[in-house]
Amino acid sequence: MLWSDFERLGRFLEPWRDFERMHRVLSGRASALSIEFPALNVWVSGDNAVVTTELPGVDPNTIDISVVGKSLTIRGAREPEVLKEGESYHRRERWSGQFTKTIELPFTIDTTKVEAKFIKGVLHINLPRAEADKPRKIAVKSA
Amino acid sequence: MPDATKEVQKKEADAPEKGELTRASRVYAPSVDIIERKDDIIVTADMPGVDEKSVDIMLEKNVLTIYGKVEAVIPEKHNLYISEYGIGDYQRAFTLTDEVDREKIQASVKNGVLRVVLPKAEAIKTKKITVKAEA
Repeated sequence: MLWSDFERLGRFLEPWRDFERMHRVLSGRASALSIEFPALNVWVSGDNAVVTTELPGVDPNTIDISVVGKSLTIRGAREPEVLKEGESYHRRERWSGQFTKTIELPFTIDTTKVEAKFIKGVLHINLPRAEADKPRKIAVKSA
Repeated sequence: MPDATKEVQKKEADAPEKGELTRASRVYAPSVDIIERKDDIIVTADMPGVDEKSVDIMLEKNVLTIYGKVEAVIPEKHNLYISEYGIGDYQRAFTLTDEVDREKIQASVKNGVLRVVLPKAEAIKTKKITVKAEA
């Protein structure tokens, strides 16, 4: 093969690499568009719900969790680093400020039994279903 | 800028050139703040789910790589109802300049935030040459 053939092949592979990169970026962000901060994951069983959210660096004492009926609201804040004279940011990507997130759960919660844990920057909230909300078994009598 | 919009989606880490991990885990690039102070440079990275035992900091030639391993805590007998974020490890690499005193690098993790202190090398700190104007 001629040297010029190699060159042409090299240039052909480049747009493919760009395509791969775009594909990776887009597939990672497929569901990105309208999620409010902070992102939550919710796990549900017949009689319990678990909500997890990542809040690194937030003081757990300042996190406000309130539950009303089926609605869970999480509020909190993270202070930005205060720079002194002569200090400067090379990069600033981390979020700061206040946040509020409300989510609707599939059933009414027993607010007296809600528990929350803050482990390694992840908030775990355990929300048991309210007794009155649990489905009651109805016996079918045969005539 | 940080107050206006909070980045919600986690960014996938760039595919490592050295090869994939043996663990089939997602890898994200953590958000990072880098502050230059008088005597050191501070790198702060958000790595929720990571503590001091599961973080790995490696310095190879000029490249500082931070890696945080995350154990996903999945509640038993529950089904995923809403999923707004993925769970996985964190990785990011930085090229350091000669400014950094490699022997004195320190790191700590608190509430899922990794803080790496990179002290500036002595030689760089004390060299301050005053320039006189030539009349």
